[in-house]
Amino acid sequence: MATYSLNINETLYEVDVAQGTSLLWVLREHLGLTGTKYSCGIAQCGSCTIHLDGNPVRACVLQVDNVANGQKIKTIEGLSENGDHPLQKAWVEAQAPQCGYCQSGQIMQAAALLEKNPNPSREEIKSHMNGVLCRCGTYLRILEAIEMAKEQTNTTS
Amino acid sequence: MKNISKKAIAPIGRRQFLKSSGGAALFIGVSGLLPNLISCTDAKGMEGQFAKHDVTAWVRITEDGQITIYNPAAEMGQGSMTSLPVIFAEEMDADWSKVDVEFSPQESDIYGSPGWQPGTKLMFTVGSRTTNSYYTVMRNAGAQARYVLLHSAAKHWEVPLEELTTGASEIMHENSGKKISYGALVPYLTMPETLPDFNDGGLKDPKDFKLIGSLIPRTEIPQKVDGSAQFAIDLRLPDMVYGVLERGALHGAKPTLNNESDILAMDGVLKVVPFNYAIGIVASTLEAALAAKKVLDITWSDAQASGFNSQEIYDVYAQMASAPEKGNTVNEVGDVDQAFRTAAKTYEADFKNDYVYHAQMEPLNAVVQVAADGQSAEVWVGSQQGPDTKLGIPDLLGIPHEAVNVHLQYLGGGFGRRSMNDFVLECGRLAQQMAPKPLKLLWTREDDVRYGAYRPLTLQRLKVSADAQGNLSGFSHCVVGDGGNLVASGARNDHYTIPNQWVEWREASHGVRLKHWRSVGHGPNKFAIEAMLDEVAHDQGTDPVALRSKLMADSPRALATLNKVAEISNWDTPSPEGRAKGVAFVEHGSLGTGVCEISVNRNTGKISVHHFWIALDAGVVVQPDNVKAQMEGGIVMGLSSVLKEQITIVDGQVQQRNYDSYALLRMQEVPDSIETIILPSAEHPEGVGETATPMVAGAIANAFLKLTGKRLRHLPFTPDRVLEVLIG
Ligand code: FES
Ligand code: FES
Repeated sequence: MATYSLNINETLYEVDVAQGTSLLWVLREHLGLTGTKYSCGIAQCGSCTIHLDGNPVRACVLQVDNVANGQKIKTIEGLSENGDHPLQKAWVEAQAPQCGYCQSGQIMQAAALLEKNPNPSREEIKSHMNGVLCRCGTYLRILEAIEMAKEQTNTTS
Repeated sequence: MKNISKKAIAPIGRRQFLKSSGGAALFIGVSGLLPNLISCTDAKGMEGQFAKHDVTAWVRITEDGQITIYNPAAEMGQGSMTSLPVIFAEEMDADWSKVDVEFSPQESDIYGSPGWQPGTKLMFTVGSRTTNSYYTVMRNAGAQARYVLLHSAAKHWEVPLEELTTGASEIMHENSGKKISYGALVPYLTMPETLPDFNDGGLKDPKDFKLIGSLIPRTEIPQKVDGSAQFAIDLRLPDMVYGVLERGALHGAKPTLNNESDILAMDGVLKVVPFNYAIGIVASTLEAALAAKKVLDITWSDAQASGFNSQEIYDVYAQMASAPEKGNTVNEVGDVDQAFRTAAKTYEADFKNDYVYHAQMEPLNAVVQVAADGQSAEVWVGSQQGPDTKLGIPDLLGIPHEAVNVHLQYLGGGFGRRSMNDFVLECGRLAQQMAPKPLKLLWTREDDVRYGAYRPLTLQRLKVSADAQGNLSGFSHCVVGDGGNLVASGARNDHYTIPNQWVEWREASHGVRLKHWRSVGHGPNKFAIEAMLDEVAHDQGTDPVALRSKLMADSPRALATLNKVAEISNWDTPSPEGRAKGVAFVEHGSLGTGVCEISVNRNTGKISVHHFWIALDAGVVVQPDNVKAQMEGGIVMGLSSVLKEQITIVDGQVQQRNYDSYALLRMQEVPDSIETIILPSAEHPEGVGETATPMVAGAIANAFLKLTGKRLRHLPFTPDRVLEVLIG
């Protein structure tokens, strides 16, 4: 067991866990940040996508040891104050989720894209989103939502 | 339908159910009891009522006008959390902006909809039955709620009930100009002596619907975009411990654990629990449980599936299809043998499909807490429910049905897998050992893939006869495979008029776990039927739409979907160079015809689907946008299974482990558009969740035939197989 301090959503958390514990289990089972989901555990599905210093990463393959050195972790819970990030609003507008299980990962992956590239093409969106699976098949509505959010951000800024 | 035990349920489930802060709950009596109104502030009175009567609360109204409607169906992304309450609110004339939705308790005698057998009730979110089976239940209950409100206002104002009208949570009396909101009426609510059954008359005319058929955002979506929607896997309880199981890659094999003491000595490990097909581990943290699972040293026994090789079985199936003895009759119309004897031309082809896996994104899991005395249990689970709404836990623990309380959570995908409760029972067994600590059981993705319950592998031999004019005179369909209705569903043709038809099932058995998979046998069977029709059309030089149009002459609703989709897909206009369109029809409750446009990379064998068009007749559509979402999702899941998905078995061992070896369709592979047209209808609603998926294989195979002149007859159409067909 070891103590780690993690900077998550601009809050400092201390956890006592075994060395090498996956960041995903720390977030979900130890800290109760359950918006980030487990689905494959091997970086194949993207359900566990979070931001590490602004980059989209798969929490399931990160060890807590490697993210406890002041890196900034952002989860879906920290994406916006009241679920009102332009992407979240667009997601509701497009009625994108079905079962909803993959959607935190989808939104986090999309948010990282718009931060770096506020005006991605459809092909750029598809390629950036390709790593996040949705079994319910909501891909077209996700695309629609990202395009909606991108237009909104671009007209308001 | 008397059930003694039901009365005793009250102290557990219902008390929490109406943990209300005020207002009145409207209980509509069942078993011939009179309806009741209960003040929610009077906790004693409420419990008294529970103890005395079999009651069902569908709605709770508070003085501030807030209305809670209880949803009896599982929510797995198909929208039941909105569609059923919308039906209720429509007949109640509730102001939708003031409606909250919660899950009802899991008691099928009370909250069930009509089951398969007459006089039975079921809470079972399967077979696309939710809207279809609850439509009249919810309408009647909503109309009864409105009637209680009208009755109370009439008393309060001392005017005849017939002079009152309602609209958006308000009651109006035109003659006096009086108005009162539903909320303001709460203190004056009184119960009429009898409640009419509105199914006998008095429900709204569908043309007066305000909510049904309009664009209403789904109630649970905001929680699904901010991460707060709770799935069972998200549950955390004080003192909770974690359970995992190691199951073999050979279904049904028995384990012998060789290193139990090493495992028990590991950090955090609390218990090792043998099952007859697995070794269970309980630990204080999930990571400790998973670490122990990794180092288990297990020797596995043989099982029925030992020696079974899935990709070699097709030869055996083909021989079985050729055997002279017939199998189990699934459908018989006319005399198919006679049709073949007198045919001018006959056609024959074998179609095949490999096993596929559900791959719902939330792996199976549950949380169970057994009381210290073992006499009651709480269960948190994402389940499609079942004939036993307590999911087998009462029998497992040897306690009464009413001592188990099931808290239904959102499902991170169901697709049929969550109508099997193996995982709930596993969790119950481990929790029993750890009582009174709550226990969370998690299947890893590897567990979920390898110990899956698949859509069965089948071979289908189709034979068609045509008379001298080219009319189809006989259609024979022999399905060979394991699983009874799992392989036979969808093999009938109820909307094609062919005078002589024969469907049979020839049974195989391999010891591989099987289960309903979205649209069940319809996937493989509609593929075979629709592809066969195009092979005949191709040979006859007939247009595939024209051929179906003739066959659908006696089924105007099916024909309307065919005509509509031909129109929106510009069927008669040739596709651009290198592309072609294909059509397929499916009936699965609702009726739908789909058209896709594809291209093929002749070097890699990769098929790309560029567009999909669907015309659908689903009767009354409660939530049109949601129906379109179901069509889109159904097509994407269909594309995924048809183009990529494959479980293979070598010497009984499942070869796939995770999404790296079991690939699903990804964003870059989706069509540019999926367009759905819903045909207007006032008929009873039919399910839509499983109508789109079975269109995909036939439509693609038919487009491929048009494009290349070659036949795809084995699912999935992986690039290797496509290349083989192109070269062959
Ligand atoms: S759970 Fe991390 S990528 Fe799938
Ligand atoms: S919404 Fe169900 S997996 Fe994406």
